[in-house]
Amino acid sequence: MPELFTYNFMVNALIASFLASIAAGVIGSYVVVKRIVFISGGISHSTYGGIGLGYLLGFNPILGAVGAALVTAGIVAKISRKKKQSEDMLIGIVWALGMALGIFFINLSEGYAPDLMSYLFGNILLVSNVDLVLMFILNIIVIGTVIIYYNKFQAVTFDEEFAKSVGLNTDRIYLLLLILIAITTVMLIKVVGIVLVIALISIPPAIAINYSKSLKQMMLISVILGLLFTIFGLFISYYLNLTSGASIIFISVVGYLFSYFLKK
Amino acid sequence: MKAIEVKNLFFQYEDLPVLEDINFDVEEKDFVGIIGPNGGGKTTLIKILVGLLKPQRGTVNIFEKPVSAMNHHIGYVPQSFNFDSSFPISVIDVTKMGRLNQSKIFKNSAEDQLIAEECLKKVDMLTMKDKLIGNLSGGQKQRVLIARALTVKPKILILDEPTASIDSKAGLNFYELLHRLNEEMTIIMISHDIGVISQYVEKIACLNKKLVFHDSKEISREMLEQTYQCPVDLIAHGLPHRILDEHEHNH
Repeated sequence: MPELFTYNFMVNALIASFLASIAAGVIGSYVVVKRIVFISGGISHSTYGGIGLGYLLGFNPILGAVGAALVTAGIVAKISRKKKQSEDMLIGIVWALGMALGIFFINLSEGYAPDLMSYLFGNILLVSNVDLVLMFILNIIVIGTVIIYYNKFQAVTFDEEFAKSVGLNTDRIYLLLLILIAITTVMLIKVVGIVLVIALISIPPAIAINYSKSLKQMMLISVILGLLFTIFGLFISYYLNLTSGASIIFISVVGYLFSYFLKK
Repeated sequence: MKAIEVKNLFFQYEDLPVLEDINFDVEEKDFVGIIGPNGGGKTTLIKILVGLLKPQRGTVNIFEKPVSAMNHHIGYVPQSFNFDSSFPISVIDVTKMGRLNQSKIFKNSAEDQLIAEECLKKVDMLTMKDKLIGNLSGGQKQRVLIARALTVKPKILILDEPTASIDSKAGLNFYELLHRLNEEMTIIMISHDIGVISQYVEKIACLNKKLVFHDSKEISREMLEQTYQCPVDLIAHGLPHRILDEHEHNH
């Protein structure tokens, strides 16, 4: 096993796993308690449109993904004031539209887009030093905001109506939370890919919620679980020569099933 | 001084009128019960008083100022439980949520803790402060939500259907608690439990799109029939409990 760490890409992959697990565990805990997994899926899939636009116009696709995720977060915040039924439907439309635009832009762009598959399904072994710095900065933004807004996010995810009744601007706080989800989603694209982001955001907190006495504790357990799943998935993908993103999600689901039957 | 003053209030959801020309005043330290059929607009009216909904027409003044400026005078106890009982949060942390508007980023959390504990003590839940909210019984949850509303230090306490999840035995203590709180603040309460309401409140309002305010707590058959628009039997069921029974629907 030690020979593994002599590869630069493996060291980068481990650092990326660590950084991804922090943001995914912290933000995923809010996603799970607020039951907005579907919304998060919509935000993550919409980034494909931004990635395609990046290819078409020749700028960094990740910047396109950030832009698309933020725009979708804004749209979702507006939609969420509507009735539950139409909210669900509209998010489904945004989800599909994002994917369609991505494919459309790539069709329009000249030449061949070689690593598009890695955006869809991730490839943690391709994480560059620049990616790591970007992930580090995004993590600082996410964690810093959560520390400052911890109580307000807790109030809005626990009982939005009461929070509003004491005078909190719940719409703005909810939008901020969606923006953090958008940032986290983009950070995870390199690790597990657009399609599998929701799994890494929702599975560790879904296990952690059963063993937690507070939201803080839930976040901590989620981060540790996320780290275990990504590293274990990484080893499996390395030794069995499987796609890393799929391996990580597979291990996560096994972990979830294990905890489910353990609880019973 | 009038605690609440509502004038010519209209509210509708899209094309569906819910409240029509509502007018009433509530004096300081009154204990008002609002009764009425489901869909009669009770919860909507409460949400307007709390500032969660804005009426299309009319004015609502709290201590002679518009609602929006007076949030911090109102303690709101929402209907049943909006929250998920799997949410990992302790009783004390739920209670502290009432302090959120006061607290800036660098807030005085020691003071908030003290106020929250004080309010939990008032509702007799201090010993449970570190328990998970999801592990409490319905009646205990209700008390915590009242404590949470009290941390706002309200002059008016507004409860939406507080008896909904309480068994009758726990219910009685609950009303005694409200009675005690009424010495310090105005209370407005929605309830289906008409019998208990007449036992505890001082004034009753019947709401079914329109509101009829009664400056007494006596409930007559005429009042109920007008509100519910169907024949109602009011049965005295051994004092001190008056229970409404046999509510026939012939429409």
